[in-house]
Amino acid sequence: MDVMKPDLSLGPLLFNWPADQVRDFYFRIADEADIDVVYFGEAVCAKRRPFLTPFYEAILDRLKAAGKQVILTSLQLAMDGKDMAAIDDMVAMAEDYLIEAGDMAACGKLMGRAFAVAPSVNVYNEGTLRFFEAEGAVRVSLNAELPATSLKALAGVATSRLEVQVFGRVPLAISARCFHARAHKLAKNSCQYVCEQDRDGLEVDTLDGQAFLAINGLQTLSHHYLALVQEMPELVGIGIRGFRLSPHSCNMVKVADLYRARLAGWIDGAEALHRLAGLVPGARFANGFYHGKAGLEAAVPAA
Amino acid sequence: MKALELVCPAGTPAALRVAVDAGADAVYMGFRDETNARNFPGLNFSRDELAEALDYAHARGAMVFLAVNTYARAGDDAPWRAAIRSASDLGVDALILADIGLLAHARDTYPDLRLHLSVQASASNAEAINLYSHRFGVKRVVLPRVLTVPEIAKLNREIEVETEVFAFGGMCPMAEGRCTLSSYVTGKSPNRNGVCSPASHVSYVDDGDGLTSRLAGFTINRFGQTEQAGYPTLCKGRFKAGSDTGYLFEEPTSLDISTILPDLARAGVTALKIEGRQRGKAYVKKVVEEFRRAVDTAAAGGRARLDLAGLSEGQQNTTGAYAKKWM
Repeated sequence: MDVMKPDLSLGPLLFNWPADQVRDFYFRIADEADIDVVYFGEAVCAKRRPFLTPFYEAILDRLKAAGKQVILTSLQLAMDGKDMAAIDDMVAMAEDYLIEAGDMAACGKLMGRAFAVAPSVNVYNEGTLRFFEAEGAVRVSLNAELPATSLKALAGVATSRLEVQVFGRVPLAISARCFHARAHKLAKNSCQYVCEQDRDGLEVDTLDGQAFLAINGLQTLSHHYLALVQEMPELVGIGIRGFRLSPHSCNMVKVADLYRARLAGWIDGAEALHRLAGLVPGARFANGFYHGKAGLEAAVPAA
Repeated sequence: MKALELVCPAGTPAALRVAVDAGADAVYMGFRDETNARNFPGLNFSRDELAEALDYAHARGAMVFLAVNTYARAGDDAPWRAAIRSASDLGVDALILADIGLLAHARDTYPDLRLHLSVQASASNAEAINLYSHRFGVKRVVLPRVLTVPEIAKLNREIEVETEVFAFGGMCPMAEGRCTLSSYVTGKSPNRNGVCSPASHVSYVDDGDGLTSRLAGFTINRFGQTEQAGYPTLCKGRFKAGSDTGYLFEEPTSLDISTILPDLARAGVTALKIEGRQRGKAYVKKVVEEFRRAVDTAAAGGRARLDLAGLSEGQQNTTGAYAKKWM
């Protein structure tokens, strides 16, 4: 019998905000947000880390003092020595924090003790889930492309806490190549950190002006914001116990309040989606992956 | 210098015979279903066809590798388990897997089956590769197209297993097995369905001024009257981002490492993989023949100049991530 209480988490900030803004963002999350778990750390590009490391201690202390469970996030794609050093820096803190492995390299370093598995590690079936759980995984954040049928099958056998992303642009791809630099006609190794200009990613349109994708350095994201706010009770029903909000420049404290209200059953799905639209002006919402369709589709959930 | 092993695509039984006759050391293919990453209409093998292919290849000294390199479905992994069982029953020379659940199953159930790690597992560093080799007994890893030649050389000093690298053909700009772009746009997933930018979702519209290619209704590219129109693979189109309009993710180019073959051999690479299970017999014949010559020339200490004009996407070639400037 599953007795785990559902929790609300804040995923790692995927975008390259100026370091002082990142600090202020996490201070505000610590002080004001009704969130249980906060993921912290650079998931996309090792080049961004040095700017933020001077603030790590202050951010982590503030989050802990506020009673948040902090999980440290590691890079999604490790290619060279710089990337491995970034992963090692996080793994070095495994005595004090749960670490979320973003790549099999981090999994290898963390296996044998309690750790978390990021959505960038492919867990598509029970056999894979069992492997990671046997090696110490206590929290597994699943790839957003998994449909409800898969989530249900996984939740049926899970001993770890399974998490799904319920808010924000969805990470769809990671590359060795920096698309932000490329869009600015720059080389990756002289990128001038142009990704800092786009707080929610740089939107990509088709030649006919259709909203298509968003880029964030090495990462490609959905244009639409994933919103599984209507589906929350159903997700709890099938055994999902972690609900991940991916940070954006909108008021995340209010977004968290909204998802908390929905999780508690204080507001219905239609009302929640309507209010969410007010919090993220101009955003288009999608939930297609969960409903077994193209990810960008907005399906009307069965009542 | 020891000759690099040449691993060639077999989209169909006919392509397999052509590749073997043209000098392939090994051929690779998949079954005709969602268990492999080239689940395209008209491609791949039945069980009987694979049995015949094994006879044909083995009689001519070539090996046969079976790719079961998509991710098994939760609650319904029967097609994947059946494919692995067939690989064992029919006696393939290696089974190419990506999914950890399937690797564990193959290791436990068919301990004598030689396992290769698919590029779809995106194992791009020594720690990841050593995990797959220590835990699952993987003997070879197909490296993701994200590493430079010096990085590959360093990697080969830190791992115990063989490496196979992509040598020629289509280019994925994204880390393989970590891309859900097609799933987002079309609902068809590389990892789950073995499909990327499926033909079923493609349309072309000629408005008189030129041709527009679309995928699931999204404009992927527009071509002038004199431009050659390419297939709308969704990461290889022209898009707008900020003030930039162009090939945001990747140009319509093919990977071609023939010019750096000796460098790869010195970096400790065991095998070269030619992409193109979706290609026709004429393409396979030409590319395999040319690479056979290049590999043999390199083994003899030379550097062959290949004649592959007209076989590349967009008529352009790149050494991709093997040279740092690509990034």
